[in-house]
Amino acid sequence: MADKKNPGKENDLRIGVFVCECGLNIAGSLDCEEVRKSAETLPDVAVAVLNKYTCADPGQNEIKRYIKEHNLNRVVVASCSPRMHEPTFRACVADVGVNPYLLEMVNLREHCSWVHLHDRKAATEKAKDMVKVGVARARYLDPQIERTVPVTKAALVIGGGVAGIQTSLDLADSGIQVYLVEKGPSIGGIMAALDKTYPTMDCSI
Amino acid sequence: MMDVGRHPKIKLFAYSEVEEVSGYVGNFQVKVRKKARYVREKDCNACGECVKVCPVAVPDEFQQGFSSRKAIYLQLPQAVPSAYLIDMQTCMGNNPIACGKCAEVCEKKCIDYDMQDEIIDLKVGAIVVATGMDVYDPTELDEYGYRSFENVITSMEFERLICASGATQGHFIRPTDHKTPKSIGFIQCVGSRSEKRGKSYCSNICCMNTIKDSVLLCDHYPGTEIKVFYIDIRAFGKAFEDLYRRSKQEGVKYIRGLPGEVVEDPKTKNLIVTVENTTTGEVERHEIEMLVLSVGVLPRQDGSLIQKLLTLSLTADGFFMESHPKLKPVDAPTKGVFFAGCAEFPKDVKDSVTQAGAAAARSEIILNADRIKVEAITSMVDKDMCTACEICYRACPYKCILVDREKKTPAEIIEAACAGCGTCGAECPFGAVTMRHFTDTQIIAQIEAILEENPQEKTVVFACNWCSYAGGDMAGISRLQYPPNQRIIKTMCSGRVDEEFVLYAFKLGAPMVLVSGCHFADCHYIDANRWTVKRVEKLWDKLEKMGIRPERLQLEWISAAEGQKFAKVMKEVEEMRKKVTKEEIEFTKKALADLKFKGEKRRAKLEADKAKMEKVVV
Repeated sequence: MADKKNPGKENDLRIGVFVCECGLNIAGSLDCEEVRKSAETLPDVAVAVLNKYTCADPGQNEIKRYIKEHNLNRVVVASCSPRMHEPTFRACVADVGVNPYLLEMVNLREHCSWVHLHDRKAATEKAKDMVKVGVARARYLDPQIERTVPVTKAALVIGGGVAGIQTSLDLADSGIQVYLVEKGPSIGGIMAALDKTYPTMDCSI
Repeated sequence: MMDVGRHPKIKLFAYSEVEEVSGYVGNFQVKVRKKARYVREKDCNACGECVKVCPVAVPDEFQQGFSSRKAIYLQLPQAVPSAYLIDMQTCMGNNPIACGKCAEVCEKKCIDYDMQDEIIDLKVGAIVVATGMDVYDPTELDEYGYRSFENVITSMEFERLICASGATQGHFIRPTDHKTPKSIGFIQCVGSRSEKRGKSYCSNICCMNTIKDSVLLCDHYPGTEIKVFYIDIRAFGKAFEDLYRRSKQEGVKYIRGLPGEVVEDPKTKNLIVTVENTTTGEVERHEIEMLVLSVGVLPRQDGSLIQKLLTLSLTADGFFMESHPKLKPVDAPTKGVFFAGCAEFPKDVKDSVTQAGAAAARSEIILNADRIKVEAITSMVDKDMCTACEICYRACPYKCILVDREKKTPAEIIEAACAGCGTCGAECPFGAVTMRHFTDTQIIAQIEAILEENPQEKTVVFACNWCSYAGGDMAGISRLQYPPNQRIIKTMCSGRVDEEFVLYAFKLGAPMVLVSGCHFADCHYIDANRWTVKRVEKLWDKLEKMGIRPERLQLEWISAAEGQKFAKVMKEVEEMRKKVTKEEIEFTKKALADLKFKGEKRRAKLEADKAKMEKVVV
């Protein structure tokens, strides 16, 4: 039986590649259109698209539209660092029913365009190669399930200086049980040892 | 402070330390050691009768040693909890009881010399680290004469001398003659902004603290001559410039230049400060009666236990590293852990309070949810392939694998506790462990794609998600330029980099392979990168035995903050790549032609065994 939720087990891969210009951040130092064209030729790539700002709403809507229109089951976004926008694009693909772990990001900005500002040809070649590696990985991605667990509605605050005191009070005032652990015999920390505090010259305690 | 003591939703454990933390976001189990105070906290009403009879006197730490306290004491008059404690190091009361006077006079009978530490188990959903800071000790700066000259004090000592609840009831006097000084100097950046001694960062609070001190002195003792020696004054916050201006209007002199020498006049005990005034370019000598060293802020020197318990990392300055310096400045990389105050970086009261509010709000996002999502990127074991050798268990930093070699019980991952470093997968000799989202198949596909065309021009780089990959991001953000010949494969931890990934890259013609991860203390998976080292060292031996230059495999530790190092390493590796000859690459390809993946080997063996069994049955 064809398992549509898990296309990795089938060979029916339909990958969409979205190459981001990031304004001039990427397009300024490499040829994004050439990268897009090269992506089109990669195995199992159903469609390769160029966006000005993939992370912006119009860019995300494009991804969603292409997923629906082309029945995509893997998405490769070649833009910035996944440390920046992986959560954005995971949410984006999940919105139209694609498992968020079927998204792969290629870091064209931090790892290519920004570090090869003065050699457009070499940067473009590297970007093409990076997208190829991203697509190669995407072909073997599997959906993952993020399990949920119950939460203990209590917080531990370590340290009873001004920061620990304020955190504890804020949490406790919102109804959360707080355990405040202070190493010394009294709370107060450095602040309690101060006379006045700037800029208003009021008492520290 | 008082509000904390009486809040029904806050349970305060003072004189206590966190000893163990296990679990994960939403479900931490914590062990707290409540140290014996030898005074029952609930019963003590702080009447102070005990103090009157205690015969012991030791320097009072809270008063910076300007006065003494007894062995039974309150840390400060406004202490919360408002209960005494006995310092057993100096008390004469315990085993054998030589004194016992305090117990005799205590009406509430709350003194107990035999009190024991208590261990308390807590369950919490989120943890806020507000462990604070330490203060720089300027003793090592000989030129300022702290500890040699009594009238040189630190800014923390200043606070206790000017404070009404201090040792002198707020009468500001100098230590040598107990007279109020008519001239006072302040030296800024003591232990801060120095590459050589102390710390290289700006401690953030000292400029404004000195300005505040100068205004206080002007208020209390009009006419005092005050001189501030500084590099530059950083009065950047709201209302800061106004206070700076007020200080100058009161007559405080600001002299640009840090003194090169302080000497004491042996008769008057005055201090002679020699300084190059960089505004005029002239060397000046100033005689002053008292000198205050405006000392910098240090990371907590005892922070390593908390760091280990919560698997936190440090930035280069020694403070706890946040999840993202701009977008997640309050979150620790460990989910469910947040920072408030100076644990993250030096900050003043206002900023500490601001961050505390943010940490509370960030925690509430978790705590107000009924259920939360946990890590999906975990390991799983193919029980048929597993031989129950226990190697994965030994490698696991979280010890979240159940396996028994004697009973031949195959490994099973406790998924809720697995953080997903992948070290077990890399160490498993039989290919039985699969790392979700970073499978062998995926990584091998990446290696193949990299080396499909012009492999001789490329270096395969394995970079861990948290540090070295982020270091690459930092290089990009800083626009640091380096050659375009590296191709990065990201893993969550360098501990995931299986030896066969490296060998396979060489087999496919890679001239160079770089494995990079977090610095030792910074590993996001406790110490998984120790396994990376062991593995790479083994690989170097292996390569050498095969006649392959071990230098072609490089190992580097690059932190998320080290963009410059990342770019430098990329340049160095590229130089090394250029030196790898065609012949070497061809030789390596041949030498590794028979390389088989461990999973393949194990599968082949299992099939052969099965065939044998079938034969026997037949």
